[in-house]
Amino acid sequence: MLKDSDRIFQNIYGFKGSGLDAAKAVGDWDGTSKLIAKGREWLIDEVKSSGLRGRGGAGFGTGMKWSFMPKETGGRPVFLTINADEGEPGTCKDREILRNEPHKLVEGALLAAAAVGACAAYVYVRGEFFREAEALQNAIDEAYAAGLIGKDACGSGIDFEMYVQMGAGAYICGEESALIQSIEGKKGQPRLKPPFPANVGLYGCPTTVNNVESIAVVPTILRRGAKWFASIGRENNTGTKLFCISGHVNTPCTVEEAMGIPMRELIETHAGGVRGGWDNLLAVIPGGSSVPMMPKALCENAIMDFDGLREHGSGLGTAAVMVMDKSTDLIKAIARLSQFYAHESCGQCTPCREGTGWMRRMMQRMVTGDMTIDEIDLLHDVTKQIEGQTICALGDAAAWPIQGLIRHFRPEIERRINDRKASDAGQAA
Amino acid sequence: MPKLTIDGIEVEVQDGLTVLQACEQIGIEIPRFCYHERLTIAGNCRMCLVEMERAPKPIASCAMPAGEGMVITTNSPAVKKMRQGVMELLLINHPLDCPICDQGGECDLQDQAVGYGMDRSRYTEEKRSVKDKTFGPLIRAMMTRCIHCTRCIRFSSEIAGVPELGATGRGEHMEVGTYIEKALTSELSGNMIDLCPVGALTSNPYAFNARPWELKKTESIDVMDAVGSAIRVDAKGPEVMRILPRLNEDVNEEWISDKTRFACDGLKRQRLDTPYVRRDGKLEPASWDEAFSAIADRVKGMDGSKFAAITGDMACAESMTALKDLTAALGSDNIDCRQDGAALDASCRGGYVFNTTIAGIEEADACLIIGSNTRKEAPIINARLRKRYLMGGFKAGMIGEAVDLTFKHEHLGAGTDTLSEIADGKHSFAKILKKAKKPMLILGQGALKRSDGTAVLAMARQIAEDNGMISDDWNGFNVLHTAAARVGGLDLGLVSGDVASILDGCGSGSIDVVYLLGADEIDMNRLGKAFVIYQGHHGDAGAHRADVVLPGAAYTEKNATYVNTEGRVQRGRLAVFPLGEAREDWTILRALSDVLGHKLPYDTLSEVRQRMVAINSVFDGDDEVTGGAWGEFGVKGKLDSSAFVSPISNFHMTDPISRASETMAQCIEALLGDNKGKTGTDG
Amino acid sequence: MSTDTATVEQPTSFAFSAENQQKLKGIFAKYPEGRQASAVMPLLDLAQRQHDGWLPRAAMDHIAELVGLAPMRVYEVATFYTMYNLAPIGKNHLQVCTNLPCWLRGSDEVVETCKKKLGINVGETTPDGKFSLSEMECLGACVNAPMMQINDDYYEDLDAASTAAILDTLSTGGTPKPGPQNSRKGCEPEGGLTSLTDAKGDA
Repeated sequence: MLKDSDRIFQNIYGFKGSGLDAAKAVGDWDGTSKLIAKGREWLIDEVKSSGLRGRGGAGFGTGMKWSFMPKETGGRPVFLTINADEGEPGTCKDREILRNEPHKLVEGALLAAAAVGACAAYVYVRGEFFREAEALQNAIDEAYAAGLIGKDACGSGIDFEMYVQMGAGAYICGEESALIQSIEGKKGQPRLKPPFPANVGLYGCPTTVNNVESIAVVPTILRRGAKWFASIGRENNTGTKLFCISGHVNTPCTVEEAMGIPMRELIETHAGGVRGGWDNLLAVIPGGSSVPMMPKALCENAIMDFDGLREHGSGLGTAAVMVMDKSTDLIKAIARLSQFYAHESCGQCTPCREGTGWMRRMMQRMVTGDMTIDEIDLLHDVTKQIEGQTICALGDAAAWPIQGLIRHFRPEIERRINDRKASDAGQAA
Repeated sequence: MPKLTIDGIEVEVQDGLTVLQACEQIGIEIPRFCYHERLTIAGNCRMCLVEMERAPKPIASCAMPAGEGMVITTNSPAVKKMRQGVMELLLINHPLDCPICDQGGECDLQDQAVGYGMDRSRYTEEKRSVKDKTFGPLIRAMMTRCIHCTRCIRFSSEIAGVPELGATGRGEHMEVGTYIEKALTSELSGNMIDLCPVGALTSNPYAFNARPWELKKTESIDVMDAVGSAIRVDAKGPEVMRILPRLNEDVNEEWISDKTRFACDGLKRQRLDTPYVRRDGKLEPASWDEAFSAIADRVKGMDGSKFAAITGDMACAESMTALKDLTAALGSDNIDCRQDGAALDASCRGGYVFNTTIAGIEEADACLIIGSNTRKEAPIINARLRKRYLMGGFKAGMIGEAVDLTFKHEHLGAGTDTLSEIADGKHSFAKILKKAKKPMLILGQGALKRSDGTAVLAMARQIAEDNGMISDDWNGFNVLHTAAARVGGLDLGLVSGDVASILDGCGSGSIDVVYLLGADEIDMNRLGKAFVIYQGHHGDAGAHRADVVLPGAAYTEKNATYVNTEGRVQRGRLAVFPLGEAREDWTILRALSDVLGHKLPYDTLSEVRQRMVAINSVFDGDDEVTGGAWGEFGVKGKLDSSAFVSPISNFHMTDPISRASETMAQCIEALLGDNKGKTGTDG
Repeated sequence: MSTDTATVEQPTSFAFSAENQQKLKGIFAKYPEGRQASAVMPLLDLAQRQHDGWLPRAAMDHIAELVGLAPMRVYEVATFYTMYNLAPIGKNHLQVCTNLPCWLRGSDEVVETCKKKLGINVGETTPDGKFSLSEMECLGACVNAPMMQINDDYYEDLDAASTAAILDTLSTGGTPKPGPQNSRKGCEPEGGLTSLTDAKGDA
């Protein structure tokens, strides 16, 4: 288990208050200008060598992402946008940062801006996080008042503005280019890539889009050193991570743990174990709704990091661990996710717009067994017609949970269908 | 110049081309729905997916810039499967109602389903249906058929510049429409019908009238304005069913205005299909012989100076030539092609054509519009101005009515006061013109058909000359005509008379006989006691006043020459035969000349055309713009300070054909209705 | 909630209140020159808050003018995002998350309690206009499931009894305490911290 002293988010539960004084008490805003003074190269290199991978789900190296930002912009301003459009089912970690540790985000934003040469940051907060946005705005106001951001931020010589932009109910805005579209006052429809935001992003300017957690851990990494962060977890899967453990556990919670913690240990140490005991476990979705589920057998020895979960055909995603015990109707669970993706499809491209609706309807029928065995294969076929063929990753995310269900629980699906057939036949007789 | 490999073939393409365009270059066709070369790239239909080496996912070829060393595969089983997959998904919510859909037979979805569709649907769930929407009288919107390619949305906001269409809602509930029920107000809206790859947007007036394979297609030229758009006339038997655009990059690209497209139902109404002779004050049907002898009775032996002729706005060069020659043969030179009295000088071609050319607009970097509402007078040219504006680095200023031209421009003033300031170099826009590398001006008929027209013309010439618009490789002086016949008439020199004095002469009795060749826009009350011969195709104002009516052919019914505002000589072609007793116009004049004892010296169309070339060598060309010579034109003089007024107050009804069109009448009603009923509780 | 607004009675005009006029300036100041279109979503939200929780078309048209967009572009935005209500809505908008983590922990029970106590179905508003009920996608409070949002606040760790209590308080004009309805403060495990164990003492 991670030592408390190695936890970055010392106030993730909010017992200490979210104001500037409380933040300073846990070490935020300590020597920020000295860090900035070390220069762009150093900032990027340090984050690179810490091994920090994006905490929003895709797991792309944060330092690497920053290094793609052009040095020469032809006079165009550079923007940092921070993705606080947290909405992946199971995921509620950024919410805790926004409302309990907002100064980590503000300070991280300043450092990230210094690293990529950004003049301003827009934090895109999902519209429903009204109170969370209030807390963040309050922290931003405090930081301005204290000269930590704004003109000559922290006395570092750089000017840095920070704004909160609210969403209004669209999961897809968590996709980076949709998020940019939304800030620009448009529908949140993902853009075609290329061009990538690093070249043509917000307002047509070079833009980097980072997750809240990715940004909020940066100050601590820089203060304690890349080596410290890299020493936690495994190679290529370093550092600490906020895990959200929900569903059928005794004490659901969000907790910061070391990358690579075994799944069972995570659940049992922090979430009070699976309801009814480990043996009552049916399956886990380990990284938010967009990653395939893992039946209990795969969970036994699963390691909670990017590579560890990929080995089991799933993924770390947002590290949102959804636990389902044996009372769970898994088909209904996945059907609910299919409903979610159909609801959140932006409607722009054909496979997702049409396919998510088709999958939703088939999954609804599957819940009651109202389909044929052949249709399981048809459904699988449909998921394959969507996967990889859409503008953004929502199509993949909609396809994978169903593929996971079919992969691991086909007998259960067939049983449901056959039972229904038998009961229909019985009624007819 | 990146080099890439497509299906094993190496190809080098221009910078900035997409993979899809690279494929096209070597003859590999990529199926697509959303992609259209004149619209921004949407990449949403996913039909054009291809494989790219080292890419983890298939790529949308329409959106991917061709890059050095790319290895593209378009013909693998995986690509075929992807296309089949997308096709299946496009069809699951499509009603498949081809038998009752007007798009049938010319539907991209239908065509591509042949290549990539399955023989039956695997989709057994409930289908989505969308309430039909109202887009106005021109477009029938059956949005259940919509495949959300967004071409129409992009057209309306990008090309037309009237962003009334959008996609509301999201996911499978996304609907393309206007959100609030309203008729589209763009003059170019009909082009969305052509752009729609399925049967979601079809032509309302054409609905259920014909199938494409029943139609005879004739390539021709439009005469509803002076642009000379390339059109295709589709006819079933003797009836023109619809007008579609043809590609002409130099003129209309692939667009036509709604009047060009939809006024054709006017060809079926109020037509003159037999000669008429006025007896006891009433026009009565007559034979050609009777009509001709009624004319002969009046004209033979008369003093030639008492004969005058006015040619109309849709007259072809052939008939104008014949009338010019007949007028001369009768001993008169009193003929004018300027019904509206525009102060146009035929002596110098550079002074009456659109010298920059329509395509040349794209090279200009500043434009002064004088007395023209280009959007209503020439929607196609207006679209080109908008296109130029969107390319950036283009400043436009306008003197005249303050109107929405669909592109950003500065409204400089209303009339000649502002014009004088620019001519004197005092106005801020004069500095913009001075600084511009290729400045242009557009002089509209609203600035010329005034008593001070010739002075305005002179001042416009001065502005052009003083601001670097005239050089060896650039001519930025442009007259925008509204009449298809006008430049042809000027090229034939039909300015030896003038309309105002002809009408005065009718009143004073110095003119006895007036020949109106499709001239309907003059004030008929001023024809006094004159004997009026009207030759034309519609029972419009001229025919009502006439003493003898000679039924001619509309532009779809004859092989005829028109010269557009650029000075481009183009040939319209006969798509259907003239109605009933009506004849091609030059033949009527030729026959009449014989009866009058002044037989014109040509018996065939080619002989008439030789005569045209003899009058003016520009008629030797076909689809060519002959550069107009520059020189002195216009006469400096006192300017009237009243505001310039566009000659077109009602876009939908400007001529005998559109005035007879029910469709155009419906458009007017729909637009009026929208304005009248504009309250918050509507819809 | 619904984008089919054909039957909604629309006011003929909309104008921002004097207080909101002041806020407009602050909103526009957040964006670079020429990027006023970015203000469209904050303005729609502001208009909705001013106008009893829903957006009349006149407000959208007014905002289009303010930000310099074609009205159609504003309609697109307003119909794309689910938080814009295009028809009148109850004073208390009960938005129950029914996505997977909440469903696993009993969101059905929360929805049922709301339906039964208020006598309305999902998507409906009580006749007195006090309550509207919606099912929501994930609201991002999954370790405090099941939960619902009422207007701007989250009510978490719900069950039938606590849901009923909240509705009762609202019915009588009271303000229920937001947040977890059990003994938790936030997202920490119930019944004892497993990390940051000294944290509580500092509070």
